[in-house]
Amino acid sequence: MNSPITPESIPLDARSKELRRVIVQTLGAGKRGHVGAAFSVIEILRVLYDDVLRVDPKNPLWPDRDRCILSKGHSCLALYALLADKGFFAKEELLKFCTSDGILGGHPEYGKVPGIEASTGSLGHGFSFGVGFALAAKLDGKHHRIFVVLGDGECSEGTIWEAALSASKHKLDNLTILVDYNKQQTYGTIEEVQRLEPFADKWASFGFAVREVNGHDTGELLSVLGSTPFEPGKPNAIICHTVKGKGVSFTEKNLSWHHKAKITDAEVGALMSELES
Amino acid sequence: MRKTSLDMVYELAKRDPRVVFIGSDLGPDTLINLKAEFPRQFLMEGVSEANIVTMAAGMALEGKIPYINTIATFLSRRCFEQIVLDLGLHNTKVRLIASGGGMVYAPLGPTHLATDDIAILRAVPNMTIIAPADADEMRRLMLQTVEIDGPIYIRLGKGGDPIVSRDDLPCEIGKAIPMREGKDALLITTGVCLQVALAAAEALVAKGIQTCVLHLHTVKPLDKESILSRSRTTPVIVTIEEHTVIGGLGSAVAELIAEADFDQPKRFRRIGIPDVFPDQYGSQASLMARYGITPEKVVETVAKLVGRS
Repeated sequence: MNSPITPESIPLDARSKELRRVIVQTLGAGKRGHVGAAFSVIEILRVLYDDVLRVDPKNPLWPDRDRCILSKGHSCLALYALLADKGFFAKEELLKFCTSDGILGGHPEYGKVPGIEASTGSLGHGFSFGVGFALAAKLDGKHHRIFVVLGDGECSEGTIWEAALSASKHKLDNLTILVDYNKQQTYGTIEEVQRLEPFADKWASFGFAVREVNGHDTGELLSVLGSTPFEPGKPNAIICHTVKGKGVSFTEKNLSWHHKAKITDAEVGALMSELES
Repeated sequence: MRKTSLDMVYELAKRDPRVVFIGSDLGPDTLINLKAEFPRQFLMEGVSEANIVTMAAGMALEGKIPYINTIATFLSRRCFEQIVLDLGLHNTKVRLIASGGGMVYAPLGPTHLATDDIAILRAVPNMTIIAPADADEMRRLMLQTVEIDGPIYIRLGKGGDPIVSRDDLPCEIGKAIPMREGKDALLITTGVCLQVALAAAEALVAKGIQTCVLHLHTVKPLDKESILSRSRTTPVIVTIEEHTVIGGLGSAVAELIAEADFDQPKRFRRIGIPDVFPDQYGSQASLMARYGITPEKVVETVAKLVGRS
């Protein structure tokens, strides 16, 4: 990239605000959730589900569907908002988030939630699932695609790089990983806790074709996702520069909004108020 | 036993295109026939066991039946979370062929001794654990592994183990095999320790003690009915396993009989590895002897409990 990517600068359009409001409603129903990660990943998932993935919400196990795995399962509030919006399950389920009679938990579960391809929550698993999906598709001569959304903090896990070696060895150009690079993890910044830079170089050195985008710019995301595979025979890595907590002034880059276990009505109100303005 | 298990993978793969073999970094002669004849069903993925297990789970969700082979500890210990979540929780049809169950790799030291694998795997919902006594039984059990739902852990012995299983007895995953009947004591065992149990039972005859030997090639799911029906009428119960006494077969049996509300009290002992890391090299046999996993120790234990020592 020639010019620096500035995810801070991009304004949210009406759909991005609406999806965030759904996230806040869900958060309010469960009284808890990972807010920062949901707000940073939402445009990535929005573009995937709105414009890229070939899926059928009425037939979620359609064999030829594209597979999307949210490896950073803690940002599931964003995924639930999209899956409900697309009709994978009734929107009323969102209001039962984390309750005993709901199907939507604090991390997404395969077999329980239509549209969830793998249970994630413990980091460093989703990518290897995606390699298995992509390898099976190659072996069987199938043409569906596999997308895996990773967290940046998650990239400290050794299995991420084991999976990367495997994806590269098998020339899985039907596999695309998107890293939600918001540059913050629970304790502090990625730079402080476990630095990843030179991040794009790492993926390239593992045999991936790499692109970097503004992860809140839906046009840019659509454009790059529309051009996969970037190089035949290479798995695709898209580093999405994002802002943790994007879209609300007091959640942006605020570590205390990584996860809230006891969210108050006042906090929900304050979030809504900014997102309605 | 390993050779037989891999030969069986070849046979299964030949019949069923869903079967895929995945090795980590195994010897260059591993399944060369499968690689040559069915290259799309043979993968060697390097020293990345955790990735392999989850990748296999992904392939299983796509309809494959992966058979993974590497050293037992590298599966049961290193990949525990992958096994719990990606095999257990997803209930995926992945088979783990675990080389060197117990103390097979005695000369290689504690990093390679799978002394706790049954305890570890027994705690995983949906898991099936099998430990064949010998190569013949391995063949009979491997044939059944294609159809069983969910993950299976297959514990291998050293290889060249004496054939003590019998082809005239029904062999079905999940069902214990009564190898001989006797009313004075019940020996319950798994894996290659069947040799020890049968030798001990034979020696006990000389002391006038009639021993039932119940062989559990499947430790999970536990064949509760077979254990309870014989325990109910037998005053002495002894388990024998090449595994720590914490959490393995002995623990499983203890849990079962402790909650059985028998009318008569029982005398019960577990023979296995104590709560230590084995502190010697040598051989599987020498470590078995060190921890009393021998016919002599079983005879001594049973005779004492029966009251004829």
